[in-house]
Amino acid sequence: MLRSQFEEELDKLHNQFYAMGNEVLGQINKTVRAFITHDRQLAKEIIEADAKINEFELKLEQKSLEIIALQQPVSADLRAVITVLKATSDLERMGDHAVSIAEATIRMKGEVRIPTVEEEINKMGRQVRQLVEAVLDLYLHKGDSDQAYDIAAKDELINQYFDQIRELATEEIKKAPDSIVTGRDYFQVISYLERIGDYAKNICEWVVYLNTGKITEL
Amino acid sequence: MAEPIVQVKDLSVYYNKKKALNNVSLDFYPNEITALIGPSGSGKSTLLRSINRMGDLNPEVTLTGAITYNGHNIYSPRTDTVDLRKEIGMVFQQPNPFPMTIYENVVYGLRIKGIKDKEILDEAVEQSLIGASIWDEVKDRLHDSALGLSGGQQQRVCVARVLATSPKIILLDEPTSALDPISAGKIEETLYNLKDKYTMVVVTRSMQQASRISDRTGFFLAGDLIEYNTTKEMFMGPVHKETEDYITGKFG
Repeated sequence: MLRSQFEEELDKLHNQFYAMGNEVLGQINKTVRAFITHDRQLAKEIIEADAKINEFELKLEQKSLEIIALQQPVSADLRAVITVLKATSDLERMGDHAVSIAEATIRMKGEVRIPTVEEEINKMGRQVRQLVEAVLDLYLHKGDSDQAYDIAAKDELINQYFDQIRELATEEIKKAPDSIVTGRDYFQVISYLERIGDYAKNICEWVVYLNTGKITEL
Repeated sequence: MAEPIVQVKDLSVYYNKKKALNNVSLDFYPNEITALIGPSGSGKSTLLRSINRMGDLNPEVTLTGAITYNGHNIYSPRTDTVDLRKEIGMVFQQPNPFPMTIYENVVYGLRIKGIKDKEILDEAVEQSLIGASIWDEVKDRLHDSALGLSGGQQQRVCVARVLATSPKIILLDEPTSALDPISAGKIEETLYNLKDKYTMVVVTRSMQQASRISDRTGFFLAGDLIEYNTTKEMFMGPVHKETEDYITGKFG
């Protein structure tokens, strides 16, 4: 096996994946901020920047498939390539949800807001960002399965936020029925954030696969 | 794209009346590794051997068409085959070191050229053995017999022997098929590292070898060149069904 060349290619793949991850993290950051501050300009930028993430995904997929076809990796080498291939899709989907939140930001122009709910969404967004950051760090520093389990468990906090905000928004809408239009988007935005958390958890599963070869559901 | 270094045009080769290669045309490019693949009797080795006129001494071989090297027809009567083979060296399937020391094996071509200066020879030995990735393993026993080395080491000494004559092109006829996987891996790594300086054409029966080390691949079947493309294209989406069947192991 042509080790040196293969390892070089694998390194490139890792770096590209990490770069894509950072790009997605930036998008999540911005989209929560744009939503909370009602910044439509920033929301538009987020929508435009999604093309870059899709391009990352395409390149990573092409490169992974090329490595599989030309180098025929086995065992840990194969797992490394498969992990990138699968986790790349998860990152790309996170990017799509960031865009959906940005679209909601634009849609909600001029509608009545519920500050208490938005404050909680901000907190939930922070939690999501921290999770994604931890997952990328886990991947970059070749974390072990125990760490992957620990990080995946934090997705539960995000699910709690989801339930709690849903209750809170329902109560607030009951008090002020005019805010139902806004409320509809709140429900959507918290679902998007919750989904981003799920995708982060998926990446933890791929890290477990990378380490052990076992496909698990965390 | 760079100009081709070797151009094969309408080449047909016969062994007596049997046609081994049928009107083949293809170009080889500098500083690339080209892999020639195909089942036994497909003509890949015949093509390789034609590039440095290995069939010359075999009265059964007839050849039509042309092979040009740097624009010069190598089958022109004016071509000196000794000079040609210094520029276009060959490594064979079975490691074939001469029954002499490692040192003498490497400088063999230079001695034939009449070079006697010890400094030049010493330098050539070191550089060639470094190029063939075997210097560290043999530097303390250069004056031991090359026959005492392992098969993989012998093959790398044979690569060094070719490098010593400063060729432009190295032809390799299944250079790893007689070696264990570790030795084969070392040869592959060696070839890959030589790409900056040399153009290589490798006949191989290993699909993995072709896909890992080559830039271009030619697939031969029953004397015909079925498909010739970049290795990436060839292994990710071959155009012809025969190619697809062969590289996926459905026949061959």
